[in-house]
Amino acid sequence: MSLITKTAAELRDLIGRGEVSAAETVRAHLDRIHATDARVHAFLRTTDETALAHAADVDRRIAAGEPVGQLAGVPLALKDILCTKGVETTCASRILECYRPPYDATVVSKLREADAIVVGKTNLDEFAMGSSTENSAFGPTRNPWDLGRVPGGSSGGSAAAVASYGAPLAIGTDTGGSIRQPAALCGLVGMKPTYGLVSRFGLVAFASSLDQVGPIARSVGDAALLFEAIAGHDPIDSTSIPVEAPDVRTSLEQGVEGLRVGLVREFTSGEGLEDGVATRVNEAIGRLGKLGADIVEVSLPHAPYAVNAYYLIAPSECSSNLSRYDGVRYGLRRPGETAEEMMARTRGEGFGPEVKRRVMVGTYALSAGYYDAYYAQAQRVRTLIIRDFDAAYQQCDVLVSPTSPTTAFALGEKVADPLAMYLNDVFTIPSNLAGAPALSLPVGLDDAGLPVGLQIMAPVLGEAVLFRVARAVEAETAFDPVPRGPVAVEVPR
Amino acid sequence: MTTLEQATRYEPVIGLEVHVELGTRTKMFCGCATDFGGEPNTRTCPVCLGQPGSLPVVNARAVEYAISLGLALGCEISPWSQFHRKNYFYPDMPKNYQISQYDVPICLGGHLDVETEGGVRRVGITRVHMEEDTGKSLHVGTSGRIHGADYSLVDYNRAGIPLLEVVSEPDIRSAAEARAYLTELQAIVLALGISDAKLEEGSMRCDANISVRPVGHTVFGTRVEVKNMNSVRSLGRAVEYEIARQTAQLRDGQPVVQETRHWDETAGRTSTLRVKETTEDYRYFPDPDLVGLEPDRAWVDQLRDGLPELPAAARQRLADAYGLEAGQVALLYASGLAGLLEDAVAAGAPAGQAANWLANEVTSWRNEHGTAPITGAQLAELIALVTDGTLSTKLARHVLTDVLAGDGDPGEIAERRGFRQISDEGELGRIIDQVIAEQAAAAQRVRDGNPKAIGALVGAVMRTSQGKANPALVNRLLSERLSP
Repeated sequence: MSLITKTAAELRDLIGRGEVSAAETVRAHLDRIHATDARVHAFLRTTDETALAHAADVDRRIAAGEPVGQLAGVPLALKDILCTKGVETTCASRILECYRPPYDATVVSKLREADAIVVGKTNLDEFAMGSSTENSAFGPTRNPWDLGRVPGGSSGGSAAAVASYGAPLAIGTDTGGSIRQPAALCGLVGMKPTYGLVSRFGLVAFASSLDQVGPIARSVGDAALLFEAIAGHDPIDSTSIPVEAPDVRTSLEQGVEGLRVGLVREFTSGEGLEDGVATRVNEAIGRLGKLGADIVEVSLPHAPYAVNAYYLIAPSECSSNLSRYDGVRYGLRRPGETAEEMMARTRGEGFGPEVKRRVMVGTYALSAGYYDAYYAQAQRVRTLIIRDFDAAYQQCDVLVSPTSPTTAFALGEKVADPLAMYLNDVFTIPSNLAGAPALSLPVGLDDAGLPVGLQIMAPVLGEAVLFRVARAVEAETAFDPVPRGPVAVEVPR
Repeated sequence: MTTLEQATRYEPVIGLEVHVELGTRTKMFCGCATDFGGEPNTRTCPVCLGQPGSLPVVNARAVEYAISLGLALGCEISPWSQFHRKNYFYPDMPKNYQISQYDVPICLGGHLDVETEGGVRRVGITRVHMEEDTGKSLHVGTSGRIHGADYSLVDYNRAGIPLLEVVSEPDIRSAAEARAYLTELQAIVLALGISDAKLEEGSMRCDANISVRPVGHTVFGTRVEVKNMNSVRSLGRAVEYEIARQTAQLRDGQPVVQETRHWDETAGRTSTLRVKETTEDYRYFPDPDLVGLEPDRAWVDQLRDGLPELPAAARQRLADAYGLEAGQVALLYASGLAGLLEDAVAAGAPAGQAANWLANEVTSWRNEHGTAPITGAQLAELIALVTDGTLSTKLARHVLTDVLAGDGDPGEIAERRGFRQISDEGELGRIIDQVIAEQAAAAQRVRDGNPKAIGALVGAVMRTSQGKANPALVNRLLSERLSP
């Protein structure tokens, strides 16, 4: 029995019934990672020792008839931007290369309570700034479907870990599409929850008003399982919504009959949208119609300005959030003659080019005399986009679009052109600006054999309908998540 | 210099910015203790150290204190206000931004009435806003400042302690008014119990914005910010110095430079700290980690109803009720002894006498020891012992000292120490006769009609009686015996 190809739900049940031990499950996944990760580089580090110890504890409790968590024994890959007490948390940045947090992120605590086993911490674009994982200070991650291509980003390590069968579940973070776009490029399900539904405490901030933690998995059911494990009010995050986390699994199989699915006019064409992507997405929409959903065309008139607004708001917040990395208290320190020189050298050597670019853009956008024209104007656009969504949801229950305008692109292809890179997020950014949930799931391969993702968007706190529609599409599509092709990572069947 | 310029009279325009460190148990945005005296960096956690991923949560008690002060100053309490980030790099600021309030502070537009020699003056309050304190740097090296230091140590125990910043309108026109404003604000803060408001220890800090302009002009002169005044007195001195300096500058035809100046208490003058060539750009923007502050109306009303009696009202009431001078009441109020006065009167002491004891002996004890551990009932008992002749005023002072030292109630101390005044004519008569016999020469001079000579005899009686003789009775008995 191959443990690495099982779903999280299957593993949990096998372990819970005592048919398989958590220890052998975790060991199988660690073996898999050690066999493939030299090529994929999904992980910055594996946590073999603590993982096996946790697994042994789960096995002991199951044998003793003691209670275990919802995800007992299920291996999980954690994006290296969530704080883990005593375990390096680098954000793929030189400036935090040896940083070990004194505390666990709330999400990490919840995962431990659920008895998910963290097998390692995954690669990302430095401080989650990027769409290809090429901005990691520790080298890029490769797409398991084609090792010459990027896995997307910034949660590229988490996506590649799941796609290469190093873990059935991974935690990513999504500020402008950083869960959904890599999920789409790696043939996975990735979901960004409603802003405030998952605690940000212990998530190292990139853009505080946009960042959300979410699940990546090979199936909608597994993503729902992980979402439920991490969602919920957290009193130490002031932006956490004081509501019960929505139950998404009860209604998962209820189908889409009678639901109104909105096709976003602004996202159906346009520069950069590949034919292969458009074709698969249209087929998926056709299937939704066949399943009984009403397909309606809606407009988000201000959506075309979302990327512009995003690339002012996110860098502005980032410029302030990243000020604390100055060499004074923790992380990298490069000595200087004066405190100022020490800070400048530390930041100069500690941050990579994309981080510096955004810090500079954000500093500029917040400057006296420019604030109104840039930051404040971007916030007004954000308000208009929120209103666009509100109006659209008067006519439909969910919205659909491609997740990314392209499938996985070659390593190095867009490194020199930040604007081309930023356009990866054109369909995903509006949901971040609106604080609304969205999900990407695979709906087939393009002519080059690369996965295409369909994005489903729902109103704030509309997680139940979001997962329900995703599940219906998944069941109808029957996508096989095993990477295949001449340069894919082989997966033993 | 022309005659016309010499004749120009200048007036100062002063606004004060006062920071009040709130006496909450925990910090502004985390659960760390705010108590003093801990080893460096022991009152810290991931939040107040700005560790990656940590997030702030507003301290509700700090908000309550801010609203209370706003209400006491007649401010409008904003139904919605928000926190901004003030961005600048400095090693004692863990996040390299300070969470503060900017365009919409929690309290807006109040006033403070201050009593000056010229009568009551109303000083406008622009705003009261909430913010977090920074850590403390210790720069090791000859300069004592960050520039030129060999190395610097930072203690973050203070980082994140809640502060209120009270900004006045530029309505203050003299050093005396500035002093009165600060004294009154301090009294209000103490009455509300929201801070210990110690200027000397930095739990209350005052910066002054000072400019001068020709009398009659409506446009403000160039403003200078003066820092480092650690008492009401030093604020007064700094303001006086700065007014004189700026006025002299203008009289000499030299412009006043816009800058921040440092008050040197020892030298008694200000010196340039930094010249502001342009406005510093703090890149303020709303803190996305926090949500808007929307104090519930009912809560605000409840806080308004629960406000204690404020100093001005208390002083007025005391002056009216006890027939005391406004100045004396103000003094007692300022030194925190007004409550004792009320208690002593309630326990039967005449207000005037109680006020005198408090203003003199009790105040000097308090100035020396920091506290005045005496109850109103004890003071009333002491006064009664003087009134009924049991204690002389001199002995009463000794008893008071013992009371303040915690030795017990006045009656029992007087008894224990044998301080009871000798008012028995028989007993005193025997001592007097002994003294007259011993000091025959002096006694004869009195008999010869030299009344001044009686002083030496009185002194001798007091010595012999170890100070316990009733002085009035001594005088009478001596006079009777030595009448020519």
